[in-house]
Amino acid sequence: MLQERIPDLSKCVEPDRVRKEVYTDEDIFQLEMQRIHETVWIYVGHESQVPKAGDYYTAQIGRQPMLMVRGRNGKVHVLYNRCPHRGNMMCGDRHGNTGEQFRCSYHAWTFHHDGRLKNIPMMDSGYAGTRLNRDSPELSMKPAARVESYRGFVFASLAKDGPSLKEFLGKAIVAFDDMCDRAPEGEVEVVPNCFRVIQHSNWKLFMENQIDALHPSVTHQSTGRAAHEVEKQIAKKAKAGEALSYHMLSAFATVTIDKWDNFQTLNYPYGHCILTGYMGLRPQDPDTLAYDKVMIKAYGQKRFEEIVGVNIHHVLVYPGLSVQSPLQQLRAVRPLGVDRTLTEIWHFRLKGAPEAIYRRSLAYYNLVNSPATLINADDLENFWKCHQGLSSDGGDWVSFARHHGHDIEREGEVSSAPNQGTSEAPMRNQMKAWAKYMTA
Amino acid sequence: MKAQHEAEQFLYRQADFLDTKRWQDWIDLFTPDGIYWMPPDATYQTWDGQPAIFAEDKNLMNVRMGRVLHPDAWSQRPMWGTNHLVSNVVVDKAAKNGDLVVRSRFHMMELRRDDVRHFAGQYTHHLKKVKGGYRIKLQRVDMVNAQAAYDYVLQVWV
Repeated sequence: MLQERIPDLSKCVEPDRVRKEVYTDEDIFQLEMQRIHETVWIYVGHESQVPKAGDYYTAQIGRQPMLMVRGRNGKVHVLYNRCPHRGNMMCGDRHGNTGEQFRCSYHAWTFHHDGRLKNIPMMDSGYAGTRLNRDSPELSMKPAARVESYRGFVFASLAKDGPSLKEFLGKAIVAFDDMCDRAPEGEVEVVPNCFRVIQHSNWKLFMENQIDALHPSVTHQSTGRAAHEVEKQIAKKAKAGEALSYHMLSAFATVTIDKWDNFQTLNYPYGHCILTGYMGLRPQDPDTLAYDKVMIKAYGQKRFEEIVGVNIHHVLVYPGLSVQSPLQQLRAVRPLGVDRTLTEIWHFRLKGAPEAIYRRSLAYYNLVNSPATLINADDLENFWKCHQGLSSDGGDWVSFARHHGHDIEREGEVSSAPNQGTSEAPMRNQMKAWAKYMTA
Repeated sequence: MKAQHEAEQFLYRQADFLDTKRWQDWIDLFTPDGIYWMPPDATYQTWDGQPAIFAEDKNLMNVRMGRVLHPDAWSQRPMWGTNHLVSNVVVDKAAKNGDLVVRSRFHMMELRRDDVRHFAGQYTHHLKKVKGGYRIKLQRVDMVNAQAAYDYVLQVWV
């Protein structure tokens, strides 16, 4: 079917434009789940989500229900959430503790935390003379083909072969370094709450929007303006720094459309991208100065300057993760269908940092990323409208031509030219990676 | 009995302000230091320094109202409306000075474009007695849906 309608997927993607079916076609969606999400490294969760042996957290990789579990030896495993007997899901809750073992609720098969079979009721009498015995690999819960963790962030790949996690992340690894380095102890731990929001649109619309520097002052002007009004009132009477969370919101409007060109996008192999910073997160209020002191003590002046000098707003780890490292939060993208996408949104605490610094990024987490978001409400409305329009016959292409031809390419890395921060280079880069995966 | 009746009338009026989109009137029901709080789950003990679906003082309420009323709040363009039912009102505490702690159950039906959603749960109102009525010092909203994935978002208070 797909072959008949779309004989050549490579023709769907041109350097500066993409066929609309890439966003709306059910068969293309199934194929991209198989060739992209169920092949590459996908973020599963943070090790601190499962601190104790038996703790588990479920996560979707592509179409596959997986779970991350802490073993008794401290190792984190990623398994298919499926009993090898009749296919029953092992864990019906989103998260919990499975105790000493996994035990299937259907016929009481039990498994070790690494997925190996522990016991089947009346194993010897029941399976004597059959194709199965205690050592048959098909009697274990299937593990993800590859699991790797970087600074506590656990990724899994369902493909046996492929680049290592570090090789895959390349320079986008800065997302995790920037987050962890900002902690005086060099580590982060999860704040135990996950906000989950569903958008009625293809997953790629979310990824493209995260790093679209042209949209904030248009999409978010209502909140930006409203926050700016309140910020001005507060600034009149409060001490410096108090209005900071309002500034994070008002920046969406006060940074006007022409100023967004001042920032830069950096684009890497495998579709990863970075948008450089704009929120001015190095204020000189007492809380920041207290934090600086702790950091200098931990790292020394020189290293401290390097760490807080990292200038990032968003890092996209293609195809499923958006990291806002200076605010210690991330959004994991879980495609539910061609026109439905779940985002799981987490906040992290910088170990060893003063409480005020945690509260500052928490304010952003609550105001921007909660289900009562003052920001994403308008993004999700746009995504829905995009998906509706793309499903129509009103046109065949999505355009990513902005500043096309001006990007600077160096050793496989593409950056937007100076004063071209609104370049659609990140979208072009994501689609280039997409086409490579899909036609490989 | 009087406190019970007054509390009920207060809650009904507050719900009515939401359903008729009288945002300023709704905000005015709070004390100057009043807080509207919706925790992510029922185990939370305080709104302060925690993840919260809503944790809004009057400044933030004003941001939200300003956003919703802005002519370019795109997500406000589609027709939408809500209907709140508030019931099972229990006055848990009645202090000598007239302050009340009131628990109730709510059910909100929302229509947005062609989609219907339902949100339900428990309100806990910490009411301060003032001349001629009450003001809200703290409204805690424990939604049954709190931990569920949100199909779209909540644009205004529930």
